[in-house]
Amino acid sequence: MSVITVALAGNPNTGKSTIFNALTGARQHIGNWPGVTVEKKVGKVSKGGRQINIIDLPGTYSLNEYSLEEKIVNDYLLKEKPDLVINIVDASNIERNLYLTLQLLEKNVPTVVNLNMMDEAKIKGYEVNIETLGEYLGVPVISTVATSKKGISQLTDLLDAASEENSTGTGSRLWAEYLEELARLKKSHKDGDPEGEEIIEARYHYINKMLDKALVKDEEKVTFSERLDEIITNRVLGIPIFLGIMYLMFQLTFAWVGQPVSDWLDGFVNGPLAETADGALAAAGVAEWLHSLVIDGIIGGVGSVIVFVPLIFTLFLLISILDGTGYMARVAFIMDQAMRRIGLSGKAFLPMLIGFGCSVPAVMGCRALDSEKDRRIAIMIAPFMSCGARLPVYALFAAIFFPGSESVVTLSLYLLGIFIAIIMALVFKNTLFKGAAEPFLMEMPPYRIPTLQTVLLQTWEKGKGFLVRAGTIIFSMSVIIWLLSSYNFSGAAEINESLLAAIGGIIAPIFALHGFGSWETGVAVLTGILAKEAVVSTLGVVYGVAELAEEAVEAATQLQASIGAVFTGLSAYAFLVFTLLYTPCMAVIGTFKKELGSWKWTLFSALYPFVLAWLISLLVYRGGLLLGLG
Amino acid sequence: MITLKEVKPGQTVLVDNVKVTGQAKLRFMAMGVIKGAQIKVKKVAPLGDPIEVQVKSYNLSFRRSEAEQIVVVPISAPM
Repeated sequence: MSVITVALAGNPNTGKSTIFNALTGARQHIGNWPGVTVEKKVGKVSKGGRQINIIDLPGTYSLNEYSLEEKIVNDYLLKEKPDLVINIVDASNIERNLYLTLQLLEKNVPTVVNLNMMDEAKIKGYEVNIETLGEYLGVPVISTVATSKKGISQLTDLLDAASEENSTGTGSRLWAEYLEELARLKKSHKDGDPEGEEIIEARYHYINKMLDKALVKDEEKVTFSERLDEIITNRVLGIPIFLGIMYLMFQLTFAWVGQPVSDWLDGFVNGPLAETADGALAAAGVAEWLHSLVIDGIIGGVGSVIVFVPLIFTLFLLISILDGTGYMARVAFIMDQAMRRIGLSGKAFLPMLIGFGCSVPAVMGCRALDSEKDRRIAIMIAPFMSCGARLPVYALFAAIFFPGSESVVTLSLYLLGIFIAIIMALVFKNTLFKGAAEPFLMEMPPYRIPTLQTVLLQTWEKGKGFLVRAGTIIFSMSVIIWLLSSYNFSGAAEINESLLAAIGGIIAPIFALHGFGSWETGVAVLTGILAKEAVVSTLGVVYGVAELAEEAVEAATQLQASIGAVFTGLSAYAFLVFTLLYTPCMAVIGTFKKELGSWKWTLFSALYPFVLAWLISLLVYRGGLLLGLG
Repeated sequence: MITLKEVKPGQTVLVDNVKVTGQAKLRFMAMGVIKGAQIKVKKVAPLGDPIEVQVKSYNLSFRRSEAEQIVVVPISAPM
């Protein structure tokens, strides 16, 4: 079977993904380009005994290698030599879109130009003469409205006709003249940069010449999108509207939809599912250790992560919708000034906000940042935003040691997290990721209604990534922690005599200067890496409270005596500071690996918070003692 | 001669010289901010920066620090 490769190339915001989805449906595979965290989407279609591989290249504005994405597209065209390139052009923004088209055609790969969004162009008062455009470009030009599937059949016909013997099309006299002119310019710049300013100007000059003939513009109309934007990014209303949308998003995820479903799932996994498995294993008469491995290790461990799934799917559904409508660019526009103070761009705001809910989607959300440096910085500071799972720990300790001022204590921890994130962002910016800041240059796309298919596919892809991690890294970590907590060298053991307790005892001296150097807290710190809320349940187990209450106040009464004997108010606060800042949970570590792309960076991102947490909580404790707070 | 930073929202100007340096200059140019291009300043972000302009019939946003390096000539004819 012969295999044909077709690549989709185009600017961002041209409906390229919608076209890709329409051509491939759900038969797509999403991975990363080798060595980088830029998404690579490949779809496979079988037609008349041939296999067609469709590659969705990253959206770029040019091929000048200004960004990672541009480098990828350039390399791909040069090395992989696709049999056909379909260049998606936003017809309502044709002038700038054609810039990439010219660069693609100059590379002399077989190309077809696809004018998409013809409906929007029409509303804007644009009439494009496709034949004339084809004469200037020397390649076939077709038109589509991808959102309503208009013209998609032309594209599939194109795929049918695509063959390995494609030529660049027929070429044309006008195009040949342009190439000559370009060659002349490049020659006169022998020593200079081949992508210099004159070349860029020559391209736009040719585009102007072409559009003079091929484009009829009505009186420029104020579109609905423009009018909407007057309100949404208004100097006075912009920020309240922004806060309102963020509030809605948060409530939907963490209060109205995501969390309740997560809670239900939690109840199901630990209730009926665990009970059924329990019964089945007992009936099958399996060994005690296997029983415990399945129930406590696998169901308990993976279950504690699986319950995040509804939350993550809800959040990504909302993000996909916001992204598809074009509001994300407005978030960056509104928040840029504030985020710049810590050396990041406005695009980093949303991931940080999400971090207050859960660090996993926050780290995944950092993909929105353009530069690799900013992306890494944002990923590495996102876990300092105090996530929802850390709250039960604060609540328990605050109820024991600071009754009456729980909210002040909790708020102080949230603020400390933000403060540390800002400091670390500045530190990274000036050390590990030094270098000239890239200019903030962002297209503000018109508001659009995203297609359901695109939104759902995007949500599924991101959510699936998390599920896969839950099944691999998190699964194995759960089993390891279970092993450590159920055994010692002479066989099965209770947790307080297990290897985990031994390890807890070994690491306990690390915290001797912090006022909480007992093996119990050592173990709690370790299981906290499994899941932050596990700090509370572990303390319950090691201090022998059989059924720890859900409510912080009741749990506090249960643990009052034991914890109260080990901690003082000051050392309890130092412990909370440590809990806030140390190594994120393994769901986040798994996400680090995916998003940072290397074990080296993953380990660094997991370990430096531990060191930082150690130092700062020491500072808090010792400083507090000096001030006589102990 | 004024720079784009001084242009009030609603006004339209012609680009005379892009003085942004290095690779950033080529990025601006590839996005259509080249000599002779018509630019309409649309708005300023609620916190005072960045700004949003219309160029080549699409909207682009960048910071004042870059706008200051783009020399423009005001044109009287409304867009």
